[in-house]
Amino acid sequence: MPEITYRDAVIRGIAQEMARDPDVVFLGEDVAKAGGVFKATVGLYEQFGPLRVRDTPISEQAILGAAMGAAMTGLKPIAEIMFSDFIAVCFDYIANEFPKSRYMSNGQTKCPLVVRTGNGAGSRFGAQHSQSVENWCMMIPGLKVVAPSSPRDVIGLLAAAVRDPDPVIFFEHKSLYATKGEVPDGEIVDTLGTAKVLRPGKDATILALALMVPRALEAAERLKAEHGIDAEVVDVRSLVPLDMQTILGSVAKTHRLFTVEENPRLCGWGAEIVSIVADEAFYELDGPPVRITTPHIPLPAADNLEDIVLPTPDRIVETVRRSLES
Amino acid sequence: MATAKDRAPAPAALGLNDDIGEEKRLALYRSQIRLREAEQRAYDLFLQNLVKGTSHLSLGQEAIAAGFAEAMQKGDLSFCTYRGHAHTLARGVPVEKVLGELMQRDNGLMRGKGGSMHLTSEEHGVMGSYAIIGAHLPIACGAAWRAQYKGHKDVSVCFFGDGTTNIGAFHEALNFAAVWKLPVVFVCENNLYMEYTPIADVTAVPQPAADRASAYGLERILIDGNDADVVYRTAQKAFAKARAGEGPSLIECITYRHSGHSRADPGKYRPEGELEKWKERDPIKIYRERLKQFGISEDQMSDIDTEVRKEVDDATEACKAAPIPPVDILTTDVYADGGWAWRN
Ligand SMILES: Cc1ncc(C[n+]2csc(CCOP(=O)(O)OP(=O)(O)O)c2C)c(N)n1
Ligand SMILES: [Mg+2]
Repeated sequence: MPEITYRDAVIRGIAQEMARDPDVVFLGEDVAKAGGVFKATVGLYEQFGPLRVRDTPISEQAILGAAMGAAMTGLKPIAEIMFSDFIAVCFDYIANEFPKSRYMSNGQTKCPLVVRTGNGAGSRFGAQHSQSVENWCMMIPGLKVVAPSSPRDVIGLLAAAVRDPDPVIFFEHKSLYATKGEVPDGEIVDTLGTAKVLRPGKDATILALALMVPRALEAAERLKAEHGIDAEVVDVRSLVPLDMQTILGSVAKTHRLFTVEENPRLCGWGAEIVSIVADEAFYELDGPPVRITTPHIPLPAADNLEDIVLPTPDRIVETVRRSLES
Repeated sequence: MATAKDRAPAPAALGLNDDIGEEKRLALYRSQIRLREAEQRAYDLFLQNLVKGTSHLSLGQEAIAAGFAEAMQKGDLSFCTYRGHAHTLARGVPVEKVLGELMQRDNGLMRGKGGSMHLTSEEHGVMGSYAIIGAHLPIACGAAWRAQYKGHKDVSVCFFGDGTTNIGAFHEALNFAAVWKLPVVFVCENNLYMEYTPIADVTAVPQPAADRASAYGLERILIDGNDADVVYRTAQKAFAKARAGEGPSLIECITYRHSGHSRADPGKYRPEGELEKWKERDPIKIYRERLKQFGISEDQMSDIDTEVRKEVDDATEACKAAPIPPVDILTTDVYADGGWAWRN
């Protein structure tokens, strides 16, 4: 199977949907002629033209508001928010407008749009350009929230998000843009709300998202090789809808649960999952669920400091080993 | 009912500009009376504790809602604020549907799920009422972008207050609409106050919308918002411009709200005599005089008044008799599949 980068998968995913449906339009800052600050939209302007791929002013509220108005009236916009940290300046649309218009109008208003955004740490950009903010969105009823970890998932989940009739916030991890993965030729369409068991195992379940997925996989290989621990790695992929059946099924098999979260500690997605598991599968557990997160601090910029705070394969290996041995 | 034959002399003989025509003038009158009666009724019902939650009335501002709505065509889209009853009614939404929502009844526009601040009736082109200041200006841009992209001829019309001109979304939307040349018309209803603070106390320029127009390359448009004819003509011009692909307009309409900001606000922050002065310029008073000038008789007007009163009375009774919303709608329409499931 041919290999492509996560970055090229973004381009291919958008192009696949724009070629299929003339109602799909794309807007954002520096996305058209310049091809995006992460070069994840290169060539779309040339392929689909200035009416469908549009550069905007630095106006995050206008970008998301315009996407919503277009979605309400028949288009299927994809809007880019350059860095996910900037969601904070247009959070009204994410928190109050997209997710509530259908409910408040008793089902009259539709909002089929996708917000793509560069999420996550690893680029040494400091506290305002490095955050993983999917939790900000997960807590809001009416939104769907997706964070792919591989090029194939980028295309498939992006296609599913564009075709979905609800507003979807699509988190692309900045530190994954250059990574490669196998992607089959032809159209790829995945399903929102499905987690994936990437590595089967019997001793412990490790849940991860986005950049934490390759780290969890590396940790699982080392746990096996160095400690004889056979961990199952589940890529959560979609926080809303949340595929609890896959997660509960894995816990029923391994009886131990670990989450690997890039976010600061409080109110992380792992906390929600752990609480559901405690409610519904408490007697399946042979030990306390353990959350591996960044500490509850803003992200530092320096190489060594950022490296310490993010969950690493080392930390995952150590945490799982100690928990299972105790 | 009085007929055209009873009246004399003809407007043209008086040298009056009859560009609007009798049929449209009567429609403008009827609409303003309807908004006045319905809003007055909403207030009465609030005092009787039958309208719950909050409500923001447009008493005194009817000429703007009526003037714009009468200039709109089917398919044109309205984006309103929490002070949106009048704009919703003016697009032809039945009074019963609006009062029902205010009274939290199952016959309300959104069956009690939205409330007074979120009136929406897409079949009438009312694309929502927005309660976060400024949020709907960019949204109106998006609807206009869709029209531009698809080659549709509809116009998106976005209503908001003077206070809204100081929030970022206003400026983002104006620039965006101007740069993209979108068929959107921004209508600032300057009623001189935010909630309780005079707009002049917090704004760098005397006219909060009109004085900002030049920053976005737009014409400065400042009109008497209490004269429905002036509003109607201004709207027509802006809509024609939008439909011709010549881009957005920003229109500041000077007006005054007769009631408080919301609920039972007594409006104590207003200087003595200000309300009385503005009641002299009541849009309905102005319009009755206008119609008389054009030879419409008192009888004709009071026939309209009676018909409207009956519509509002009937609506009130229907709402009082309507059931409260059933609990099973609590979890419907969170997602497009009709439900609220966030997990399997
Ligand atoms: C973002 C935001 N800030 C504050 C409020 C509270 N608020 C509701 S109405 C209002 C006054 C708005 O004034 P204006 O735009 O002049 O409209 P008017 O009520 O006079 O029609 C305020 C401050 C809000 N709803 N949203
Ligand atoms: Mg005001």
